[in-house]
Amino acid sequence: MQAKHIIQIDDLSRNDIEEIFSLAEYYLQLNKNKVEQKYCLGSFTQINVFFENSTRTLASFELAGKKLGGVVQDIQIATSSIQKGETLIDTALTLNAMRPDLLVVRHSSSGAANLLSEKVNCSVLNAGDGSHEHPTQALLDFLTIKHRKKKKEGLIISICGDISHSRVARSNIALLSKFNNQVRLIGPSNLLPASFREMGLETYNRMEDGVRGADVIMMLRLQKERMKGGFIPSRREYFNRFGLDNQKLSLAKSDAIVMHPGPMNRGVEIDGIIADDLNRSVIQEQVEIGVALRMAVLHLLVDRKG
Amino acid sequence: MGKQITFINARVIDPKAEIETSGAFTVNDGLIEKRDGGIEGKVIDCKGMCLAPGIVDIGVKICEPGEKHKESFRSASNAAAAGGVTSLVTRPDTKPSIDTPELLEFFKNRGKEVSEVRIFPTASLTKKNNGEKMTEIGFLHDGGAVGFTDGFNSIPDTKIFHQILRYASDFNTLIIGHPQDHFLTKDTSATNGVFASIKGISSGPDTAEKIGMERDTALVSNLNIRYHADQITTKIGLDVLRKAKATNKQLTAGTSIHHILFNELDIGNYRTFFKLKPPLRSNSDRETLTEAIREGLIDNICSMHTPQDEESKRLPFEEAAPGAVGLETILSASLSLYHNKVLTLNELFRLLALNPANIIKKNLGSLEVGQPADIIIFDPDKPVKIDRFQFQSKSQNTPFDGFNLQGENLLTMVKGEIIFKNNSFKV
Repeated sequence: MQAKHIIQIDDLSRNDIEEIFSLAEYYLQLNKNKVEQKYCLGSFTQINVFFENSTRTLASFELAGKKLGGVVQDIQIATSSIQKGETLIDTALTLNAMRPDLLVVRHSSSGAANLLSEKVNCSVLNAGDGSHEHPTQALLDFLTIKHRKKKKEGLIISICGDISHSRVARSNIALLSKFNNQVRLIGPSNLLPASFREMGLETYNRMEDGVRGADVIMMLRLQKERMKGGFIPSRREYFNRFGLDNQKLSLAKSDAIVMHPGPMNRGVEIDGIIADDLNRSVIQEQVEIGVALRMAVLHLLVDRKG
Repeated sequence: MGKQITFINARVIDPKAEIETSGAFTVNDGLIEKRDGGIEGKVIDCKGMCLAPGIVDIGVKICEPGEKHKESFRSASNAAAAGGVTSLVTRPDTKPSIDTPELLEFFKNRGKEVSEVRIFPTASLTKKNNGEKMTEIGFLHDGGAVGFTDGFNSIPDTKIFHQILRYASDFNTLIIGHPQDHFLTKDTSATNGVFASIKGISSGPDTAEKIGMERDTALVSNLNIRYHADQITTKIGLDVLRKAKATNKQLTAGTSIHHILFNELDIGNYRTFFKLKPPLRSNSDRETLTEAIREGLIDNICSMHTPQDEESKRLPFEEAAPGAVGLETILSASLSLYHNKVLTLNELFRLLALNPANIIKKNLGSLEVGQPADIIIFDPDKPVKIDRFQFQSKSQNTPFDGFNLQGENLLTMVKGEIIFKNNSFKV
């Protein structure tokens, strides 16, 4: 793999992605068979520096690093409004002095991971920066799609929800488009800026239109701050318009799969019955594949140093 | 077949036509069946009086729920019928405001039960009409709200308004704005100028309307929104409207008959019945507004019917509630535009009936065959002296009290049913 840092999907070539996927498949099998893979890489130090609260992503990265035999240190720095710009650079310099091989970074500001990568010597892996990108989430989503659909090109993939603020959506748009899939975006106009249409993507304000004939429906989490911040009038109206229920799902292809990056708001963006339907919902698979995928990415970033 | 009535000897005022015609006119089964046909069914001799589509009045406040003592569905319907108004596009600024689908349902049901004229409700744009949180625009739209407005409140926070407009654009719904800058007009009762200065009344500048219009028209310029300015009343507001209309075909604007006929000097000795929102303007603004009506820049004339009880008005000017009733005077008052040769009768009914019906996207307001039979018959010339105590409205806060006007409604028909008949009109 060429890339030193993975801040956004465009840091990766198609070949890089194929390489990540094939290694991820290998780790997925090992994980399923509970085969330990420690020490294959030799010793490496991974610091997970999370400026934003996270349980699932942090656990996934921590587990992935540890399974590879790395020394993994979590640093959770609760974000506060005073922590900006200069403080972040100071933190970067402090961490750099600890000589890690890898920094896994999450921050509530778009561009924070990039800023950090400019200040440190080691590799930086973006685990979500503001509304910008969350590349490993997109990679694991795509690998999950590939598993279920047995192909990774020519699919109709509908992404529904708060597109405007979603880093998951941006990474997925970049990745899925790279492989010639048709990406549709669904959401209310105030959470789905017209600029996405100008970028050549299909946009829909009526979910029924957006999911018609889709192979994959990717639901996004509606953040609490959007509910409180006046972006939508109420949970019930949001569910009525953009919540995935059986009626809307029935418009998609009969074998369409349902994805969600978690954690879900049942009854807001997704009907609990659909979330629990194992024929449709691949939400648990996404989590399982997530660990293997992150192992592969960490492996390739550490390994490139030789 | 339902009820068939043929009006004969009518002077037919059709806003879709260029010239007036006369002759017979048959309605049947609630619809306009034919024009200039034979005499069929019951016959009503109009004796040369005018027959026109009923008035569609945008911005009527019925004070249910909350202040039924000021105006109920029944009294509003009776007042409208007497005044020649057949459709009420109602305001949601009741107590509580119409800001949930449940309240809209109640409001619609009350209208259905009680009102003989058509009720087209608008719903609140923000909860409690306070400009902060948007209402369930989707549910309310599906529930039959013909548009959204915060009444006389302008959303102070432009970012919130922008957010709401973008959300609402998914429904291509009607947004009725009150384009008066919130902060410039807050706690004011008149327009800046010599009159307000002499009288010592707190006042806001006409610029408030320019800023309000510039903001609102800029915000909607790239959105799929049908924006309607409730009342444009100043020269500088009209200038913005003219410019914005050149590029935005979904933009419309109204004005109230009170702002056409009165100016700030009419407030005189602190007469609270002349306290309106927006406040009465200078006479030069009023003249410019009249010109804009002649030009066709203004789309509709409304009464901005706002009932207030005596207690709300019998107060020092600045403390008195704003607004005037208008359902029972809008026809006679508007006819002054005809008598003063500003508009022909056909043109006048474009502003009173056809355009407002188009604004709310209802197939009303003309006399085409097949249209619902919402019709009025009126005498355009008869002198009348307005006596507010003769009103059907529960509130009598009219600035026209004691005025001599010309023109009187004789008969009102909604959906083919006669719901009002003046005693002087023999059928």
